[in-house]
Amino acid sequence: MQPVPAGPLRFPARKGKGSFDTAGPVMIAADRAITVDRAVKIYKNGMAVNGISFALVPGSVTALLGGNGAGKTTTIAMIMGLVTPTSGTVSVLGAQMPDDRHRVLHRMNFESPYVDMPMRLTVRQNLTVFGRLYGVPDVATRIRELGAQFDLDDFLDRPTGKLSSGQKTRVSLAKALLNHPEVLLLDEPTASLDPDTADWVRAEIEKYRAEQGATILLASHNMGEVERLCDRVIMMRRGEIVDDGSPDMLLTRYGRENLEDVFLDIARGRRQAQDNAPENASGAAS
Amino acid sequence: MNVQPRTQPSREPIAFSPQRIFAMVLRYWYLLRSSWPRLLELIYWPAVQMMMWGFLQLYVSENSGFFAKAGGTFIGAVLLWDILFRGQLGFSISFLEEMWARNMGNLMMSPLRPGEFIAALMIMSVVRLAIGMVPVTILAMGFFGFNLYAFGFALAAFFMNLILTSWAVGIFVSGIVLRNGMGAESMAWTIMFLLLPLTCVYYPVVVLPGYLQAVAWLLPPTYVFEGMRALLIDHVFRADLMLWALALNVAYFVAAVIAFLALLRSARAVGSLMQTGE
Repeated sequence: MQPVPAGPLRFPARKGKGSFDTAGPVMIAADRAITVDRAVKIYKNGMAVNGISFALVPGSVTALLGGNGAGKTTTIAMIMGLVTPTSGTVSVLGAQMPDDRHRVLHRMNFESPYVDMPMRLTVRQNLTVFGRLYGVPDVATRIRELGAQFDLDDFLDRPTGKLSSGQKTRVSLAKALLNHPEVLLLDEPTASLDPDTADWVRAEIEKYRAEQGATILLASHNMGEVERLCDRVIMMRRGEIVDDGSPDMLLTRYGRENLEDVFLDIARGRRQAQDNAPENASGAAS
Repeated sequence: MNVQPRTQPSREPIAFSPQRIFAMVLRYWYLLRSSWPRLLELIYWPAVQMMMWGFLQLYVSENSGFFAKAGGTFIGAVLLWDILFRGQLGFSISFLEEMWARNMGNLMMSPLRPGEFIAALMIMSVVRLAIGMVPVTILAMGFFGFNLYAFGFALAAFFMNLILTSWAVGIFVSGIVLRNGMGAESMAWTIMFLLLPLTCVYYPVVVLPGYLQAVAWLLPPTYVFEGMRALLIDHVFRADLMLWALALNVAYFVAAVIAFLALLRSARAVGSLMQTGE
């Protein structure tokens, strides 16, 4: 890997009506947890991500928002090393993805409703297998801790396939925290949960971030969740970043009272931001 | 509201970890243990095959001087064929379990390396083979007086060559499925049948037309089945055949691993690791 220049992040400059020029380079600094630099992903049936750039500092919680087909999943997949960018670079904890992924995969983890754990294995067996894969020193103790933290004790020895969707989500989150990840990627972590459990899961995510200082990138369609958990929001539309800032800044910029309305403005192209100041992005990132 | 990140040593995991291989073997063992139909399936078909060919051999040997002399070639062939076929299936089914369970994303995002994954699948193919074949070889002794273990060192040579071929085929097919999705699953079940006529399981190579003989000698199992017939009919162990088979197997195994890594790279490029369906 080439040495990365130290220095402040260069955040994309606004190029006018609500869109960002992401063509310029992002300075990659060694202390950035995640750096996406001019990443493009073109599949056989079209472009999924079109030259996006952003960087996340350690300990930040960032939401990646956008409608269906906005490019969120592909962006997260590139960060996880599951997809190779067509051009541009993605690095996590200083390692280029996917080529150098084995340097850092033991320091990352993720949760997604689109990936299952083996259904016939019990929760304890699944956590044991993943604990060993991630090199967790004392897996049994860690499972006990997570069992207590996520209230899994009643069904630790039940096959994973026999659990309710809410229980499965809690198990997936427990798996995602098995190795105390420094970088945590969450794809709709509360999608199938009742409001009470969802609230409780959000509290656990907040607690984990507060205790571990982990960098969290979150894709969610729940704007209340984003407002509560995230200190930065990256809005995507048709493979491009169309806005970037703290939840408060976005509310001010769009003149809205909640992020859901901001999201709808952006997703439907109804209205553009009211100011053109780019400093919001850098402010949110540092 | 940024929180001071927890400092953690960025110790790089070792390149080839027995612990991660053990974790994957444990995962498959848990699965086998939890499912009696999976265990039964391992024994059922090899037992049916062996019984059918055993009785056929019994019948023809009573009516033909040559087959009386060549006692056990059918049963020996079917047992060795099952090592080849079940070895590959054992590898491929363990791999497919991850696709069926939609677990591939979890594995590909974990520190598990491709070489460790392949090693775990190779171990599981031997475990599954042992569960299926050991009872069947005992049945062959009981029903037909055919003792596969009497081959001694020759059996070890036969086994090593057949299992290497089965792994090479299993690795290649797994790469194809990773790259192309479950639409390519049928290859895992059928590819080995292409080798059935060409590797001369039940008849000598000279039976084939000249151009197919050339193809047959490119396939390592051909040497094993010829070697088995030499042992049973002429009572000679053909070490030369085993060495040829080994040399070809090493070449095919290396080629399969290279192909698997290339297909995995291609799967990352086209995004098929994100979609493990059809």
